[in-house]
Amino acid sequence: MSRYSALAILRNAFTGNRHWTPAWRKPQPKAQYDVVIIGGGGHGLSTAFYLARVHGIANVAVVEKGYLGSGNVGRNTTIVRSNYRLPPNSAFYEKSMELWRGLSHELNYNVMFSPRGVMNLAHTPGQMDAYAERGNQMRLMGVRSELLDRGQVAKLNPGMDVSGSARFPIEGALLQPDAGNARHDAVAWGYARGADQLGVDLLENTEVVGFLKEGDTIVGVEVERAGERSEIRAGKTGVAVAGSTSRVMKLAGVDRLPIESTVLQAFVSESIKPILPSVTTFGAGHLYVSQSDKGGLVFGGNIDYYNSYAQRGNLPVWEEVMSELVAMFPNFARLRLLRSWGGIMDMSMDGSPIITTGPLPGMYLNAGWCYGGFKATPASGWCFAHTIANDKPHALNSAFTLERFKQGRPIDELGAGPTPWYH
Amino acid sequence: MLLTCPYCGLRDQSEFTYRGDANARRPSFADESIEAHAAYVFDRENPSGLHEEIWNHTSGCRNHIKVVRNVTTHEVVSCEPVGPFAKALKRGRAT
Repeated sequence: MSRYSALAILRNAFTGNRHWTPAWRKPQPKAQYDVVIIGGGGHGLSTAFYLARVHGIANVAVVEKGYLGSGNVGRNTTIVRSNYRLPPNSAFYEKSMELWRGLSHELNYNVMFSPRGVMNLAHTPGQMDAYAERGNQMRLMGVRSELLDRGQVAKLNPGMDVSGSARFPIEGALLQPDAGNARHDAVAWGYARGADQLGVDLLENTEVVGFLKEGDTIVGVEVERAGERSEIRAGKTGVAVAGSTSRVMKLAGVDRLPIESTVLQAFVSESIKPILPSVTTFGAGHLYVSQSDKGGLVFGGNIDYYNSYAQRGNLPVWEEVMSELVAMFPNFARLRLLRSWGGIMDMSMDGSPIITTGPLPGMYLNAGWCYGGFKATPASGWCFAHTIANDKPHALNSAFTLERFKQGRPIDELGAGPTPWYH
Repeated sequence: MLLTCPYCGLRDQSEFTYRGDANARRPSFADESIEAHAAYVFDRENPSGLHEEIWNHTSGCRNHIKVVRNVTTHEVVSCEPVGPFAKALKRGRAT
């Protein structure tokens, strides 16, 4: 497996690019692994990578029903940020930011991390007060933040309507200058290649159809691969399947979890010249938009407010999202929409994730990412690998257990209560 | 997605507010088990096929209805009245 470098590009250019090798192997499953991770998305792949890299556990398989990165890691709006208010979330997502900054070098794969800033617009004095508070909370946790007035917003974001006659006049904004975007597919591919090089077996088109149990203890998985069923035994089994969490856990006999699945839609416009320098969110509704390196505007809003396993949503969300985009940037009204899609979100009951041992012996659960899983990819894998390797959570994810719900200490950033469709 | 309000007829989804799983049953207050009450508040089956759920016709008659819907295909199987007016409606007296 070759190392990617400028020299490798030159060498391959002079030899007609005939000698590039596939980024990862297509191994046959072994009968037994130390750790089996279910789910070949961002979180499963990063978990496998850090298990091998940090903890020296390389006898690992990642079992994926489709192809690697075919789920939410390949269908999100690519935003990376850590502008949270509650300490457990701040500390965890700031760990993720630290890993993002060095990720391309760590993986020897360009994940195109672009810290272009995330700007949250405020439209009322009350909102400015709330953002001042949020900004101060961030600073107390060591996360850089800046409170901007209207003039500073106009200077940073010249395409925006900051006039007093805007539908929702802009008062100011909260900026996290170190936040930004990353290339979502590259994150999955980079972690996959990195894990593969360290000896992890990536088993694509391999669907988990059941769990192997000895008493209550999970000792592996039953898989279906090319129409044939087989057993893969595992010392430890990790589940990182996002929107399919309830479905997969049901196979293990866990019928109820503090999770509901919903659909989140995203949209991409045709490509235009650079107009939007930062990730920008609208404060008089819910809309986030950024411009990809290809020039398309990538944007989304709220989830569809109902349980869903359909990877497509309904039109009321389109109407809301488009109207908010145009309220902020009237000139975007003439753009054409290229495509839209939906991904299944594992909405937890308090809007915060679950990275924990259990709920059954021999099993480890990584779920409840709501619609913020992409930015968490590095820290999620890093913490989940630690939890699997040491049989107990790291300090960074010790609050993200299932027990918090029974103990009455949910981590509810919005204060929305146990209504997962409002987080 | 269209839902048939038993009181108002076929209406657009945007007129309704989602109120979640219809099968969450609050344990009796005599039941002092924290697990039972926490399970009622937080734990859900979250099935991928038919789901029984409560919607409120917020921008219409403001009644609650129980919808059975396939959450993977968006197919709406049934919309039944629930709550104080449901019995009256079944007896044919509500409007």
